[in-house]
Amino acid sequence: MDKPFAITLDPGSSLANHTGSWRTFRPLYVDRLPPCNAACPAGENIQSWLYHAESGDYEKAWRALTENNPLPAIMGRVCYHPCEGACNRQHVDAAVGINAVERFLGDEAIRRGWRFESSAAATGKRVLVIGSGPAGLSAAYHLTRMGHQAVIHEAAPLAGGMMRYGIPKYRLPRDVLDAEIRRLVEFGVELRLQSKVMNVLAAMQEGFDAVFLGVGAHIAKRAYIPAGDASKIIDAISVLHDMEGAQGDELRPMLGRRVVVYGGGNTAIDVARTAKRLGAEEAVIVYRRTREKMPAHDFEVEEALQEGISIKWLSTIKEAGEDDIMVEKMALDASGFPQPTGEYERIPADSVVLALGQDADLGLLANVPGLATDKGLVQVDAGMMTGHPGVFAGGDMAGNERTVTVAVGHGKRAARAIDAWLKGETYVSPPKHELATFERMNPWYYSDAPKTVRPVLDIIRRQSTFEEVLGGLDEGNALFEARRCMSCGNCFECDNCYGVCPDNAVIKLGPGKRFLFNFDYCKGCGMCATECPCGAIKMVPEEN
Amino acid sequence: MSFQPVKFYQTGTFTVGNRLLPPEERSVQSQEKRYNSINSGHRACQGCGEALGARYAIDAAMEATNGRLICANATGCLEVFSTPYPETSWQLPWIHSLFGNTAAVATGIAAAIKVKKLKGERRNIRVVAQGGDGGTTDIGFGCLSGMFERNDDVLYICYDNGGYMNTGIQRSSATPPAARTATTMAVGPEPGNVFGQGKFVPAIAMAHEIPYVATATVADLRDLEAKVRRAMEFQGARYIHILVPCPLGWGTASNETIRIARLAKETGMFPVFEAEYGEVKSVVAIRHPLPVEEYLKPQKRYAHLFGKTPQVEVIAKLQALADRNIKKYGLLDGGAR
Amino acid sequence: MLKQMEGSRAVAEAIALCRPEVICAYPISPQTHIVEALGEFVKDGSLAPCEFINVESEFAAMSVAIGSSAAGARTYTATASQGLLFMAEAVYNASGLGLPIVMTVANRSIGAPINIWNDHSDALSQRDSGWLQIFAETNQEALDLHIQAFRLAEELSLPIMVCMDGFILTHAYERVDMPTQEQVDAYLPKYEPRQVLDPAEPVSIGAMVGPEAFMEVRYLAHAKQMDALRLIPEYAAEFKKVFGRDSGGLVHSYRTEEADTIVVAMGSVLGTIKDVVDEMREAGHRIGVLGITLFRPFPIVQVREALRRAKRVVVLEKSMAVGLGGILATNVGMALAAKPIDVYTVVAGLGGRPITMRSLHALFRRAEKNDLDPVTFLDLNHSLIAKQMERERAKRRSGPAAEAMLRDVGVVAAKLA
Repeated sequence: MDKPFAITLDPGSSLANHTGSWRTFRPLYVDRLPPCNAACPAGENIQSWLYHAESGDYEKAWRALTENNPLPAIMGRVCYHPCEGACNRQHVDAAVGINAVERFLGDEAIRRGWRFESSAAATGKRVLVIGSGPAGLSAAYHLTRMGHQAVIHEAAPLAGGMMRYGIPKYRLPRDVLDAEIRRLVEFGVELRLQSKVMNVLAAMQEGFDAVFLGVGAHIAKRAYIPAGDASKIIDAISVLHDMEGAQGDELRPMLGRRVVVYGGGNTAIDVARTAKRLGAEEAVIVYRRTREKMPAHDFEVEEALQEGISIKWLSTIKEAGEDDIMVEKMALDASGFPQPTGEYERIPADSVVLALGQDADLGLLANVPGLATDKGLVQVDAGMMTGHPGVFAGGDMAGNERTVTVAVGHGKRAARAIDAWLKGETYVSPPKHELATFERMNPWYYSDAPKTVRPVLDIIRRQSTFEEVLGGLDEGNALFEARRCMSCGNCFECDNCYGVCPDNAVIKLGPGKRFLFNFDYCKGCGMCATECPCGAIKMVPEEN
Repeated sequence: MSFQPVKFYQTGTFTVGNRLLPPEERSVQSQEKRYNSINSGHRACQGCGEALGARYAIDAAMEATNGRLICANATGCLEVFSTPYPETSWQLPWIHSLFGNTAAVATGIAAAIKVKKLKGERRNIRVVAQGGDGGTTDIGFGCLSGMFERNDDVLYICYDNGGYMNTGIQRSSATPPAARTATTMAVGPEPGNVFGQGKFVPAIAMAHEIPYVATATVADLRDLEAKVRRAMEFQGARYIHILVPCPLGWGTASNETIRIARLAKETGMFPVFEAEYGEVKSVVAIRHPLPVEEYLKPQKRYAHLFGKTPQVEVIAKLQALADRNIKKYGLLDGGAR
Repeated sequence: MLKQMEGSRAVAEAIALCRPEVICAYPISPQTHIVEALGEFVKDGSLAPCEFINVESEFAAMSVAIGSSAAGARTYTATASQGLLFMAEAVYNASGLGLPIVMTVANRSIGAPINIWNDHSDALSQRDSGWLQIFAETNQEALDLHIQAFRLAEELSLPIMVCMDGFILTHAYERVDMPTQEQVDAYLPKYEPRQVLDPAEPVSIGAMVGPEAFMEVRYLAHAKQMDALRLIPEYAAEFKKVFGRDSGGLVHSYRTEEADTIVVAMGSVLGTIKDVVDEMREAGHRIGVLGITLFRPFPIVQVREALRRAKRVVVLEKSMAVGLGGILATNVGMALAAKPIDVYTVVAGLGGRPITMRSLHALFRRAEKNDLDPVTFLDLNHSLIAKQMERERAKRRSGPAAEAMLRDVGVVAAKLA
């Protein structure tokens, strides 16, 4: 076309005008640490596995999940999900049901028979893992992924530690536990049951390059309660442990019709609910402080109350008789400590179950040079190594926060440190991103999607059977729930920056490849940063 | 509703893109190889709502016509910042004639297209006209009304930023009451633009009973694209009125353009709806109702309302305008169909 | 084919033969009969395919024409007087964008006072709009010039006004030779636009041009018009070949051989002037006529050549430059700059005032005696003016002048002829 001079112009020719020179601020893509990930004791990259779950690629999600945690079906049931407590979505409507999705993925993996895979070449190194609880299983799993041979010595006849001998079936069905342990064994973890290690250093001599201790804490703490000969006082750990061996009613612990549980932790709740299921007409928890101060998780307390368990707050047991106990009422002082009041009351009780905490059996650690303990806990460094080189420890024996999730995290952390140590190195964890706080986000973009309620077993069956109380999500629900994730602090390719730029200065690189700024044209208006739903763009001043 | 919001996805249909949507449901703007009808290198201010709105709308029209589109553009910011010799940002056939004749120019193009089609020379080309609120509601209103009345096959898009921004922020008939402009200064006993004046052209367009009239904002891309797509399904005169905040004229930060547009809709100051043949067919409901202060406060053009002695009565009058919109269009419950 | 018909109808039929694709119409006297006829042709299907658009104003008419022309359609419209002024912004725009629109201007005065009758004030007010302006002397020429106009406009990519005197030509029934469709098709090729809005080859038309190139753009508009001076005679010659008659061109001399006095004029008044000149020649006066067909671009060289041997030139024009004198005369004067020739300006026929042979005889005889003021107003009613001036001197609020003077002349004002 022989175009008239100046009046008629060639299309798109303004590309010659580089408006980037106007810029005083420039946008930068950043990655921030999602609060769920930050809060996860097992160090899961929750956001990344939710990302895959969102697209319905559950296997990929499960594989991303199990990069950090080999026990999702278990964790999806017993984890107290601090992730959900930290979830930014609670400021929009309700936290994402991360735990439920995790369980869905774990169950899906079992149902579909997904197996672990590792591309690491065998190193020829052997690591002794003592104890098959969550810490030991986790350590063994991660070591296997790294190419080392992990050999677990377990004293008990079945693997799982407290997951089997401390957590009731109605919270963790044993087929789930067995399935996830079996998968580890199939992955290459060597499991030797009924093989109690009496001496660590001696055991190490049998061809091991390092050792991980994860013996847990199985010795019940006692409290002095004056008691008559006929009174029945037992500890919660024994009750829960005996439940596991019980094959039929005759072998179950005999607790009587009226059971008093003494303590305020999750174990107290577990044992009271177990007692109820064993046929106790009355199950009473006696706790010296108030509900707010109770260490047990609130939702568990709530479930226990629903099942008919009663709780006597601000009470201590002064003595136990043949068919009752004497309780003293307490009052909180100004600093919140319970103080005796001198008021007494008698409560009928056929048995008293003490749930006052546990200690670790550290007998096997005698004469290990350099290994230090403090208040019954093995002292470890950041990489979970004890004072004795090559001896690592984790789980309940090495920390006060005694949960399955913490133990899994310990196992992973220890495995990384062991791997480094075997190479003559020290593991340094990569620097953490800045936290993705809610203030950095633009919540407008998240559609109104309230949390999915999980099905709950009816109350009659909860009081009489050991069936699992909390149900799982079906696929539709799990997908919905996964898609409630806001991807805090990390680009999820919503295309907002690409779309809202008035200067077309964002280059879309294609699925999974995110975006680039075209600084030839970016004027630095900052719209992309403001309209980024998840806060993954920040504006920084131009240097010149 | 002009489109079904996807609730089950991470961000629903609020964001520009959504990897979880099937390709045919994705926005035009999210496409890796989108039209970019207005190219980079244009000279719009940082955070220009009009530049953004124009790309949203014209790209959507391009998509709807498979790139068979001609555009007529009124004098104004959009024209000036996009086509200073020797460069143009437009990538589709585009013409600028005058300030007040854009609708008529588009009529002429549509007529030419029709004849050429009858002659079998060129087929299936559509025409879109666009201008600012000054070029549409004021100087171009006669031509606009004529185009409507004749039901010419033109989609006219008005980018409403509430004033003559190109000439230095003077009042137009789309300037809202109380707003400061260079010709309605924030001085005297009744500072800012007067109450009881101005016109809402979408309602006047509806009075012509043309096939399609819609309002939209740059804050809701999916809605905007759906409306352009819907508009292109009709033959005859169509009108879309898009609210495009002007950082310079409104005194807002350049990064706030979309947020401000969103607030205009959420407070009820700007009703978002669509109408066919003079009847309202759907309304985009307010999602999180907010008082008008939320919208007014970030804008310096309303700063005189929030001085040492806040002008509560004036704010109340503005709230009353918003409330009237909310009631009239049913903005809280999505409108009565 | 010879036909007896109204000028407007003849022009309409000629335009239809040119196969316009878009016609936009807005009523204003005295062009209405042209677009009415075209509307009829489109409506009855005899002119197809063609879009006939009833617009809401002359501004819209020209704007629609701009759009359709830019989109590649052969485009026609017509207007007059106030209508031309109302579309003025778009008139300039159409030429600035180089769009070959053909527009009939049925010449009419401009108010106030409002007046529907003929003079050239409307077209000449747009003399610098960048349009080519051609003035028809007869209905036959009006018809022929429209056919040439499309050819010329499209070749140059410039718009053309074909000016014909309102009522005098538009409403006059005369015999015309209407060409056949084959003749017109042979003369007028299919429109191949220089630039077009087409998705196949997108361009931006109507860019903003700053000081760095604006002068050059304007110069090119001028250069292009000057190029028309070369093309027009060629097209007129070609027209003669196809249609067998002289029409168009730049200027036309009539009995100027050895003329001491040459009268210069445009449009239909040339007929009256020629009759007077014939009579005066019979009586031995050395007088001739130069008719200007092309006013823009102004054929300065041809005018100079035609007037070269005259002793005096009388420019008789139906327009005036208030505060100066004549418009046409000023243009003629520029052609004669540095020539020792007296140029008399005669403003005549404003607002439809009849230009009678008797007045012309008297005028030309006075001219021959160099007994004319530099600017003469033909047949001015001096007593009427004197009375009004007296009123205005006497009383500040002397009332509306037009109405006052109408009272003076009485109700027979419309019967001046």
